[in-house]
Amino acid sequence: MTSAIAPIGLMPYLVVSAAMLVLGVFGIFLNRKNVIIILMSMELILLAANLNFVAFSSAHGDLSGQVMVLFVLTIAAAEAAIGLAIVTVYFRNRGSIQVEDATMMKG
Amino acid sequence: MQTDLHLFAAAIFLPLAGAGIAGLGGRLIGDSLAKLVTLVCMAVATVCGILALCHGWSSGFAPHALLVSDWINAGGFEARWMLRFDTLSVTMTAMVLSVSLLVHCYSLGYMSHETMPVYRFFAYLSLFTFAMLMLVSSNDLVQLFFGWEGVGLASYLLIGYWYDRPAATAAAIKAFVVNRVADLFFLVGIGLIYVLFHTVQYDAIFASIPHVLGSDYTVLGTSVSLVELISLLLFIGAMGKSAQLFLHTWLPDAMEGPTPVSALIHAATMVTAGVFLMARVSPLLEFAPVTRNFIIFIGATTCFFAATVGMVQPDIKRTIAYSTCSQLGYMFAAVGVGAYQASVFHLTTHAFFKALLFLGAGSVIHAMHDEQNMFRMGGLWKKLPLTYGAMWVGSLALAGVFPFAGYWSKDAILNALWATQTGMSHYAWVLGTVTAFITAFYSWRLLLLVFHGSPANVAARDAAHESPLSMSLPLVVLSLGAVIAGIILAPFYIGEGQVLFWHGAIFNAPDNRIMENFEHVPSIIGLMPSLAGLAGIAVAYVFYSMAPRLPAQMASAFRPLYVFLLNKWYFDELYGFIFVRPYKAIARALWKNGEEGAVEGLPRDLVRLTSQSAAQAVRMQTGSIAIYAFTMLAGLVVLLTVALCG
Amino acid sequence: MIPQLVFYVFATVLLVSAVMVISARNPVHSVLFLILAFFNAAGLFLVAGAEFLAMLLVIVYVGAVAVLFLFVVMMLDIDFTKMREGLQHYAPLGACVGGVLFFELIMAFSDWKMVPASTIAPLTGAPGLTNTAALGTLIYTHYVLLFQACGLVLLVAMVGAIVLTLRDTGMGRRQIIDRQHARTPADTLELVDAPLGASVSAQGGFLRPHQSYHETSVPGSYASGGMIEAEKREEEV
Repeated sequence: MTSAIAPIGLMPYLVVSAAMLVLGVFGIFLNRKNVIIILMSMELILLAANLNFVAFSSAHGDLSGQVMVLFVLTIAAAEAAIGLAIVTVYFRNRGSIQVEDATMMKG
Repeated sequence: MQTDLHLFAAAIFLPLAGAGIAGLGGRLIGDSLAKLVTLVCMAVATVCGILALCHGWSSGFAPHALLVSDWINAGGFEARWMLRFDTLSVTMTAMVLSVSLLVHCYSLGYMSHETMPVYRFFAYLSLFTFAMLMLVSSNDLVQLFFGWEGVGLASYLLIGYWYDRPAATAAAIKAFVVNRVADLFFLVGIGLIYVLFHTVQYDAIFASIPHVLGSDYTVLGTSVSLVELISLLLFIGAMGKSAQLFLHTWLPDAMEGPTPVSALIHAATMVTAGVFLMARVSPLLEFAPVTRNFIIFIGATTCFFAATVGMVQPDIKRTIAYSTCSQLGYMFAAVGVGAYQASVFHLTTHAFFKALLFLGAGSVIHAMHDEQNMFRMGGLWKKLPLTYGAMWVGSLALAGVFPFAGYWSKDAILNALWATQTGMSHYAWVLGTVTAFITAFYSWRLLLLVFHGSPANVAARDAAHESPLSMSLPLVVLSLGAVIAGIILAPFYIGEGQVLFWHGAIFNAPDNRIMENFEHVPSIIGLMPSLAGLAGIAVAYVFYSMAPRLPAQMASAFRPLYVFLLNKWYFDELYGFIFVRPYKAIARALWKNGEEGAVEGLPRDLVRLTSQSAAQAVRMQTGSIAIYAFTMLAGLVVLLTVALCG
Repeated sequence: MIPQLVFYVFATVLLVSAVMVISARNPVHSVLFLILAFFNAAGLFLVAGAEFLAMLLVIVYVGAVAVLFLFVVMMLDIDFTKMREGLQHYAPLGACVGGVLFFELIMAFSDWKMVPASTIAPLTGAPGLTNTAALGTLIYTHYVLLFQACGLVLLVAMVGAIVLTLRDTGMGRRQIIDRQHARTPADTLELVDAPLGASVSAQGGFLRPHQSYHETSVPGSYASGGMIEAEKREEEV
């Protein structure tokens, strides 16, 4: 382990990351409020993954983890942009972004 | 030898040609031409038939046969289309053709008021004639069965000729179905014959009878003599065709057909096919005493039953129909005691006078514009003198008054019954004599109700007129036959010349001397039938001429008995209860539960099951994103669990 | 001691703000809590020694993505007083499933082993470099293709966002460049002799171009009178 993370150890980082993941997943299906919460929960999930990568990278002294985080960050940003564009168009057409109103796929 | 075979073949196949041309081409060539074609074919065929008879007579009726074509040849079972030329077949052919020709001629006048074309009728008549001739001239049992079924078919077609009448179609189906029941037994009999003799040709069967007399057949644990069993089965087949007791219910209903049909089929020819069959297999029957006892019983009981029912019927045709049934009983009783020659003699004379009676009744019905209830007729003898005379001749022949035709044959049968000194034959003789009394009674009842007395409908009586020539000519010819046929034919059929005449066509076992014994009965016994007949005539005059209110008083005094007789001993109701209703219930159950429930229900329920389960499955598609996400999460957790702990 | 304290502070705030993100009533509050979460995550990154990424998190995530979120939340003008409350009957079941997931994740993480160092050499970059420089040496050599691909992804995202949301109402002013290039001084310039000290208004005021703007603009766009057409179209709709 590198000196930075040594006093803390790896496990706390992983626990925090796992908790963040679970919270993000919760946020996706528990919220009835609006679709933007879903997008933010996805950001939380991605953040959890990034935290995990960084923790392991620091533990191994291997910079590949941080490179991975860079790419994940890029993709997350792109995805957030597109997701918000979709939400905008959706709102324009429907007038509402309630999650419960999006039931056009009902069989 | 060859000439008579050719004449014989012509006699048999010309009616088929007539039927084919008139039936298939009748619409093209028109009614008149169709009638002409059938009449000409029948006339030529009759001439050929009579000539063949003369040829055969002169050559002594040596049995030989003409091969028309091979038919079935399958692993030892052989059947061929052959025309057997011996006494029985030639005489029957001549009789059938003569009566059929006269009926064709009569139908020209009787069916002249039809609105629809009648080429169909004539085609059916000729078809029937052909089938009957095939039956009579067969050389093996399979061709006989072909003719058997053919006459049944023609009977169905002709009874239901006026197919827009529901009663007629129901009667046609009833006739066919009852015959079918009997034919089942007949077929089993033929099958057993094949099992026993390994052939169905007459000559081969009759030649090997002495070798198989001891054969037994185990049925339901008991063993019966095979010859007895076969004879019984063949007799049950004959019972259906000849309307004997228990299988008689179709005959009165068959009167729904036009009167010429009743005259041809249900008096002279088809119903006699059963008697013919018994005479044909006489070599077999001679060695089946138990069956013959049964035949005597059935014949005598039928005779009596039909006469009692016939004497209270209001319908003119039904009276004569029951009379036919009754006379057929006589013939079977004669077969039972082994007097086949007397039976065939009575068959021939009966053909003449019964056809005469039916055609006369048809003349009356025609004159009264399709009225058939005797109680609505009356006082017609001045208006229909020819018919009146013909009916008198026919009734005298039926009652067995000397020297008319019926006297010779009926007395022969009754004497034969007495001469066979067994309990069963004496039972038959008693019933037969009582029936002679009742026969005369209802014959004169018919005459007096229809032709004498005060008319019920004066306007109808005044409008009645004698029939045209086409209808009167057959009546005259048949009257002639009814008068002289008995005297002329008696020596040959049952008299001294019978051995030469029959030439082995009918077989009597060596110990069967009935054809000699019947001549030597006590004279009082020999007179009894005539006395019974005259007594019947006298009683009829008392009831219907001198004291016209007496029948009604008797009927109300003995009301239960009268109703019992009027309802034909409730046989139809009994059969309806035992057979028809359970059958309908079974059919209905099979239809509702089997057909609609299972056969149609299976795909229908499968479809419903599929669509219902699909509708249920669709409820998984909630369209709610949250639920989808949750499902994904749950799936992820499951996968993780499996990966971690698996 | 200090690093641990710092870590626990950052971690606690991070988790609390994550919870608030998903349970806040006001979506603007949610976004703000998200920003807070990002900041604390950046702090955690710093404790782990990934300072470049920490700064990147702040600049890109907070400065761009979260602000974008805020833009959209504000723009959509959601009436949050009418919004229905969230957690319902799925909560217990979801909590169970989530708990199971968390537990399994911990189980998985606690069982990790290091691959023997002789087989895979960790990429550390040249020694003695700062974190940023080391990352730079890695990105532009080992992972250069992925880097370019990320660039493409961003391009696609940009194009996609525009394609999705662009409304061509023709309300914007547009120009015909060729016409503008083909303009000669004679079309626009007029030299006037103006005496010294004289006012412009006395000279006739400011002159306008002879041809109106409408002719030089794209037909159907705002300047060419397309505004009126656009308004008519919207009235029809």
